Amino acid sequence: MKKNEYLDIFLTFFKIGLFTFGGGYAMIGVMHKDIVEKKKWIDDETMLELITISEATPGPFAINGATYIGYQHKKFLGSLCATLGVVLPSFIVIILVSLFLNAFSENIYIQNGLKGISAGVSVLIFNALFKLSKKVKMNVINVTLLVIAFLVSFFTNFSIILLLLITGLLGFLYALYKGGRKA
Amino acid sequence: MILELLKLFFVFFRIGLFTFGGGYAMIPMIRQEMLNGRYLSVDQINQFIGIAESTPGPFAVNIATFAGYHTFGVIGAVFATLGVVLPSFIIILLIAYYSDRFIKTFIAQTILSFLKPVILGLILAAGLGVLLHAIIGNYLEEVTFDYIALIIFGVVMILSRVFKKLTPIHLVLISAFMGVVLYLL
Repeated sequence: MKKNEYLDIFLTFFKIGLFTFGGGYAMIGVMHKDIVEKKKWIDDETMLELITISEATPGPFAINGATYIGYQHKKFLGSLCATLGVVLPSFIVIILVSLFLNAFSENIYIQNGLKGISAGVSVLIFNALFKLSKKVKMNVINVTLLVIAFLVSFFTNFSIILLLLITGLLGFLYALYKGGRKA
Repeated sequence: MILELLKLFFVFFRIGLFTFGGGYAMIPMIRQEMLNGRYLSVDQINQFIGIAESTPGPFAVNIATFAGYHTFGVIGAVFATLGVVLPSFIIILLIAYYSDRFIKTFIAQTILSFLKPVILGLILAAGLGVLLHAIIGNYLEEVTFDYIALIIFGVVMILSRVFKKLTPIHLVLISAFMGVVLYLL
């Protein structure tokens, strides 16, 4: 019986991984429907907790969500099954796509199609930018941070990791300063 | 070979460890790491963003599998994908096991509020970089102006603003179709 439960976790997350396009927020909707409403492995409150944790920790929501829900439901083995399940579909599909692209890379139609995708794909990035920017207040500090990050990233090859670490440190110092003044 | 695979693993481990916000927030760093390590060319990365959006699953996993496969075949794909997944897995396990109190503290929330606008700036730079590359190519080598790319960008942008229901898959398919037709003319 136990074995079946783990298989159930794996298959549920495999299905989520296979049918969620666009990742991120699309994934939240699907997980809520399948995990909270249908399977009842976690409740609404835990789901909200998970979203907060996922936003504050690195990595894609799919992995964070699968690991967290798997652990809440069936501890370490549960999180392992869930994470494997959610990753495997992408892995298989991308290898198949790579095989296909390699086989047809000389084909003029494929080449032109890929050139078209290169031209149109920045729209997807700008659309994501519009959506995400609604979640950030545009005050002086934030706009300054945004502009500096843009300039550094666009015109230099300065390490993005270092940039994020410095920003995090600034946030930390600001929090200490604010916290100190409150006390 | 083993050393190269480990290097690939750690490149993606770093990407997994330092990308907040997921998805598009990962593009700037992935671009930088892929180009510095010479795993993928600018063209391959730009095309792959479209492919990743038309295939299921999170962007980070997709591009890790893709870059790993193109460098060392299936074993490369396994190392890269494990690398990008493990940081999240470990961190979330630790949080689930110990406590999630820290995440809700004032300090953690302030750090996060500082990171968010920076990530927006990085995404803006990535989007502009991808667009400019499609239109003027690698301007350091030779200056070209691909007006077809500009047309495709314009049309897709307008379509996505007018028809809000179009998903990324639709937009990628439209781009590919326009590319096939317009570049033949």
